[in-house]
Amino acid sequence: MLALVSLVLIVALLSIAIGPVTIPPADVLRALGGLAGLPAGEIAPQHEAVILSIRLPRTVLGLLVGAGLAVAGAAMQGLFRNPLADPSLIGVSAGAALAAVSVIVLGASGLAGVTAFLGPFSLPIAAFAGGLVTTLLVYRLASSEGRTSVTTLLLAGIAINALCGAGTGLLTYLADDQQLRTLTFWSMGSLGGATWPAVGSAALMIALPLLALPLLARTLNALLLGEAEAGHLGIAVQQMQRIIVALAALAVGAAVAVSGIIGFVGLVVPHLLRLALGPDHGFLLPGSALLGGALLLLADLLARTLVTPAELPIGILTALLGGPFFLALLLRWRRTAL
Amino acid sequence: MKNDLPRNDPSYRARLTRTFPLVDTLLAVLLAVGPATLAFGDETPQRIVSVDGALTEIVYALDGADRLAGVDTSSLYPPDTEDLPKVGYKRALSAEGLLSLTPDLVLVTDDAGPPEVLEQIRLAGVQTRMIPDAPTVEGLHAKIDAVADLLGATEAAAEVNEGIDQALAEVAAAMGDHADRPRVLFLLHKGSGNDMAAGRNTAADTVIRLAGGENVLHDAIDGYKPLSTEAALAAAPEVILLTERNFDSLGGLDALLADPALANTPAGRDQRVVVMDGPLLLAFGPRLGDAVAELARGLGTLPPVAVDTAEADLDGTAGRTGSAD
Repeated sequence: MLALVSLVLIVALLSIAIGPVTIPPADVLRALGGLAGLPAGEIAPQHEAVILSIRLPRTVLGLLVGAGLAVAGAAMQGLFRNPLADPSLIGVSAGAALAAVSVIVLGASGLAGVTAFLGPFSLPIAAFAGGLVTTLLVYRLASSEGRTSVTTLLLAGIAINALCGAGTGLLTYLADDQQLRTLTFWSMGSLGGATWPAVGSAALMIALPLLALPLLARTLNALLLGEAEAGHLGIAVQQMQRIIVALAALAVGAAVAVSGIIGFVGLVVPHLLRLALGPDHGFLLPGSALLGGALLLLADLLARTLVTPAELPIGILTALLGGPFFLALLLRWRRTAL
Repeated sequence: MKNDLPRNDPSYRARLTRTFPLVDTLLAVLLAVGPATLAFGDETPQRIVSVDGALTEIVYALDGADRLAGVDTSSLYPPDTEDLPKVGYKRALSAEGLLSLTPDLVLVTDDAGPPEVLEQIRLAGVQTRMIPDAPTVEGLHAKIDAVADLLGATEAAAEVNEGIDQALAEVAAAMGDHADRPRVLFLLHKGSGNDMAAGRNTAADTVIRLAGGENVLHDAIDGYKPLSTEAALAAAPEVILLTERNFDSLGGLDALLADPALANTPAGRDQRVVVMDGPLLLAFGPRLGDAVAELARGLGTLPPVAVDTAEADLDGTAGRTGSAD
């Protein structure tokens, strides 16, 4: 855990210090010191702007989104007792994508009223709402007479995912050239929209699941044994399931709203840790938050610097960074397991 | 330091770098630190990033090429733009990437984004100007004037505007009262079941009209929209217009007319297909006159220039308009 904390700190420092604009480390430290109330000294105003209004919010957002996605992923894998589970299973990403693509494609025509009312925040608000509404729908569909079966939840999720996918496909078909490119980029994710207001609203949404899910570690450990067994252990299974799904949806919905679809983090970070540290959620949940944040920041660092002055979509890099590492762990685990 | 350093001359910098590898690093540091503090005041911008193909062409036309610090991926003309740093696709800009070019002016059209990035650039104290973009001749003049105001090049702008008007007037005069207005279908993209066609309020629509043709979809659609092959048939175009790149990627005339719907249009039966350089046709910049003249020759509304006759489309065979290189 200490190693993970230091990893996060190192990556965060790198993320603030390195970027397309070359800033001497002394200026970086001065700008950060100034923020902490130390005498700032002389620093080029543009360097200060780059650090304080571009890199710092982006670093904070990267940590939040990465942590949120990974914790939600760990919780979902625990809840569904399925290593392939990720937050998209409960419909949150598909719903957010459908809403976001609707805004991108119909923003100037069918949804002109909505976009005029919400202005530049139309897309994030729509994505967030879309994600939550879809999750709610999946949950409703899977519940009858106050009971929710995890299997039905999974199947309802698959059905709703397919429906949302069809809707997104239809809109993609209707989109013009420019809209197509916009939505393609959106669906590969980016932390480029990291302004302080965006970071603030994302923090409000993601902080709760980030703090609350690790507290449910004992519940998730018990649920690993099975729903009935967890019930015998004195856990209010239904209530807990509902809380876990809601928290995960909140984290992922907010993450998708500010940064688009960033795959891989939610699925693989918890696995990496499970292979390395075992399945105890007491470690797994906070560990996933830390490693998720670090992985996303590292991916973003590369996204920002590899093709300057342009930028790569971050989704490409999370998979590119995490994929080989995960495969290596998998191969090692296979050898020991045989 | 700012005025006597020929830092914008790529060949100079390349030569220096070859001789002293460290110089490039030093220069980069100087560039990063210098203009940020010096660029403001009454001076005209010295480091411009243009995030639109037509705006880039306008900056070139106004003799501002040496002040360009970077362009977007849609800036393809003139070919020199290839040597400039590319800031990526205009709707997926990177704030810090842009700032790393230490611009003192960023030129964008209203489709540039994301908005947060533009906001961050503004916050960093870089002047960002949205240049209105309407695909009409008046819109083009306004666009050129707006850029000229920022560059302090109003005289050059008057010249460029006059040149465009003159070129258009020449084409119009040469066309005379050409009674036959060919009905043109422009396919922005054709192939893999996703055909995009141009309706009204597009650069293609205006160029077609100025070249003496008529856009068959002018009344039917607004902007660029997907088009079913049957709708293409129903529109009954007499000429099909494509970009060079699209035509080549399809595999030529036979491949294009293998589409039964297109083959059965009047254009398909007469094999009247006009192929044009995409950036020239669509950029809607200072070369509008050239684009119109070239298309007019392709449509047959303008008699072909002697040099270009070899492959021009007059007698019903498909061919490339413009210079046959």
